[in-house]
Amino acid sequence: MSETVEDVDTFRQRAREWIRANLRGADGPGQTLRGKDEQEDLAEVAREREVQRMLFDAGFAGICVPKEYAGQGLTPAHQRAFNDELVGYEYPARLQVPPMTPCMAVLLEFGTEEQKQRHVPAILKGEEIWMQLLSEPSGGSDVASALTSAVREGDEWLLNGSKIWTSGAWWADWGLVLARTNWDVPKHRGLSVFILPLNAPGVTVHRIEMLNGNREFCQEFLSDVRVPDTDRIGDIDDGWSVGVRWLFHERMQHNSPYVTRPTGATREGEKGSILKVVRDAGRIDDPIARELAGEALELGLVTEALNHRVARGIMTGTMSDQAAAVGRLLMCVSLSRQSTIAFEIAGAAGGAWTDDDGEAAERGTDFLMRQTPSIGGGTTEMARNVIAERVLGMPREQALDRNVPFRDVPRGTTRK
Amino acid sequence: MLQQLSSDQEFFRETTDKFLSDQTPVEVLRRLRDNPAGYDAEFWRRGAELGWTSLLVSEEHGGGNISGNGIADLTIVAHEFGSHAAPGPLIATNIVAATLSETGSHSEVLAGLLDGSVVATWCIAESRRPLLDPELEIRPDGDGFVLNGTKRAVEAAAQADHLLVTGRADGELTQVLVPADAAGITVTAMRSVDLTRRFGAVSFDDVRVPRDAVVGEAGAARPQVDQQLHLALAMVNAESVGAMQKTFDMTVEWGFDRYSFGRPLVSYQALKHRFADMKSWLEAGHAITDEAAEALGTGDDRAPMLLSAGKAFIGDYGGELIQDCVQLHGGLGVTFEHDVHLYLRRQTVNRALYGTPSEHRQRLADLGQQRDEAAREVQA
Repeated sequence: MSETVEDVDTFRQRAREWIRANLRGADGPGQTLRGKDEQEDLAEVAREREVQRMLFDAGFAGICVPKEYAGQGLTPAHQRAFNDELVGYEYPARLQVPPMTPCMAVLLEFGTEEQKQRHVPAILKGEEIWMQLLSEPSGGSDVASALTSAVREGDEWLLNGSKIWTSGAWWADWGLVLARTNWDVPKHRGLSVFILPLNAPGVTVHRIEMLNGNREFCQEFLSDVRVPDTDRIGDIDDGWSVGVRWLFHERMQHNSPYVTRPTGATREGEKGSILKVVRDAGRIDDPIARELAGEALELGLVTEALNHRVARGIMTGTMSDQAAAVGRLLMCVSLSRQSTIAFEIAGAAGGAWTDDDGEAAERGTDFLMRQTPSIGGGTTEMARNVIAERVLGMPREQALDRNVPFRDVPRGTTRK
Repeated sequence: MLQQLSSDQEFFRETTDKFLSDQTPVEVLRRLRDNPAGYDAEFWRRGAELGWTSLLVSEEHGGGNISGNGIADLTIVAHEFGSHAAPGPLIATNIVAATLSETGSHSEVLAGLLDGSVVATWCIAESRRPLLDPELEIRPDGDGFVLNGTKRAVEAAAQADHLLVTGRADGELTQVLVPADAAGITVTAMRSVDLTRRFGAVSFDDVRVPRDAVVGEAGAARPQVDQQLHLALAMVNAESVGAMQKTFDMTVEWGFDRYSFGRPLVSYQALKHRFADMKSWLEAGHAITDEAAEALGTGDDRAPMLLSAGKAFIGDYGGELIQDCVQLHGGLGVTFEHDVHLYLRRQTVNRALYGTPSEHRQRLADLGQQRDEAAREVQA
């Protein structure tokens, strides 16, 4: 018997009714970057787990995840329809990127049947929140230069080293770790990928305070952490095959079929319409402010259209996976410009404000954090290299770490 | 350009591409600089035979499209026009044809537009007036109207046989179709940077037209005028992206072939990063143009914002892209002999017409505000 897939319009209607009947309205702006106290954060995480469980029970979790792993087995068009209907409602924001992609996406692509059966349903139910232990203090954008080591001991691996820029590691459950298993081969050929519970003995999580007070990012110190070989993802020393796709899934975050997020949530910086800033700054009749707002809207619409084009191109094979960098570059540059625009529109309230300034408040803080999207997940400089070299086929930059055992590659120190 | 063409669309694109390569190669474009019309009437008639003017016209009026979305189909032609810097009143005739078809008026003129024997143009812009807010007077008088005012810049003003004039009757937007040789009409040639597109200032001095000159309904032309602007934006955006694509391809090739200090230009990271930026602007130009054409052709209410976003973005970033390509060519890039200026000219004129980037950013703020207010009403 062949199964018929629910058509998108029917699905959309069903999603709309369920969302309106079950979810709370979005609680307004500024929920992502501001500093909050710990109890507030934990309460929000708890609510997001609960919402994820509600989605799961209603048949809306893992819309594009195969049914054998407790997903819905539907198409990206269904996920987009769901995201459209979600506009204006709460959603499990912290459980999307990196938990659903790249983490779950990597599991689905490289995990063993056992690993997938054990973890994917738990992720979709909100029971396991996954984070990526990828960057290192020494590496920056050069993630393949990982120094965290994994040494085999019988059926186990012993992990030592430090990872950084892990969002939410202090409340998350599991991590995907890139580690070095062989120092005698060139850097890309001596890596392996492991999974581990973040409360495993030997894992210490340190919260990093960002300049806006946010303490979501963490650094982890791994000291003789024991991981069973059954928690290895992909082949030994072939971790970079996993890593390449891992980074791809990370770059695809705004187009990923695994991400449940209201359409346009990233468009205007998750902070509501730029026009609210204009209004709250008392400049709704000021043509200069209006033109700036128009520019922010322009960049949002163009970025979104580009992301659709790139996603479609990659899906249909008319573009290579590397083309994801094209979308990412413009998005980062645009977000940066949008942040500057909001700050500019806020006028003096950009420098000093009270809560009475509404949406014009905190624009100075956002401006200080302006470069964040252009740094996290690989810098825009890396994206430009990828576009020039991998998309346009221009000559590669000179690298001193190719075809040399990683042990012999010159390394800088982490300066404090 | 559209990311995935059907085989019929691809055939159509290839036919236009081949025809333009054959009929208007760059040496012909350079010669057309001295041609008063900027194009050859026979060239235009043959282009019309290929379907250039029929895509926005309904089948009942003798037109027809390829994919069911004639606007998306037309952007294929416009893209080719941009990448060939092709001559001919593509945008003007299509706007008029669409409106005559939609309103079911002036069928004999429409038939002429379809077979390429007649050229018509849209007179909308006025000196020192905001976009779509003309002052030209269309005064009811007896059993007709009397027109007074001046329009500029009007594309192909001196080449057109008919003028679709947008003005105000009793203060309300009204459109009339006027023969270009009517008494009281004077066309003054304007100068432009485009080699092959001609523009004129058209003054109407007590021009009398009969009642049946009205297109649609007197005083109720706002929706038509909006739609005409939207069509113009869909076409100029696609055309400018064609010009961007051509210039970019040409410059990438140059970057690989040109050596300095013993290395190809594309081996320098400083230049590679600029090519990467340009690539992102180019793909974004394609993306917003296609998404807007799709929305406009399917009646999606996001179309106006997408079109304005495209006009602003392609105007600004398209200009930056082509100018940076000029820069990468060095001194050659600013010579008449090199081809890059052909495309720079086209994109530059397109940027200035049908609303500048600045005007479209303000329009986006207006449209965004309307959208937010509508959303609040739904919630309330």
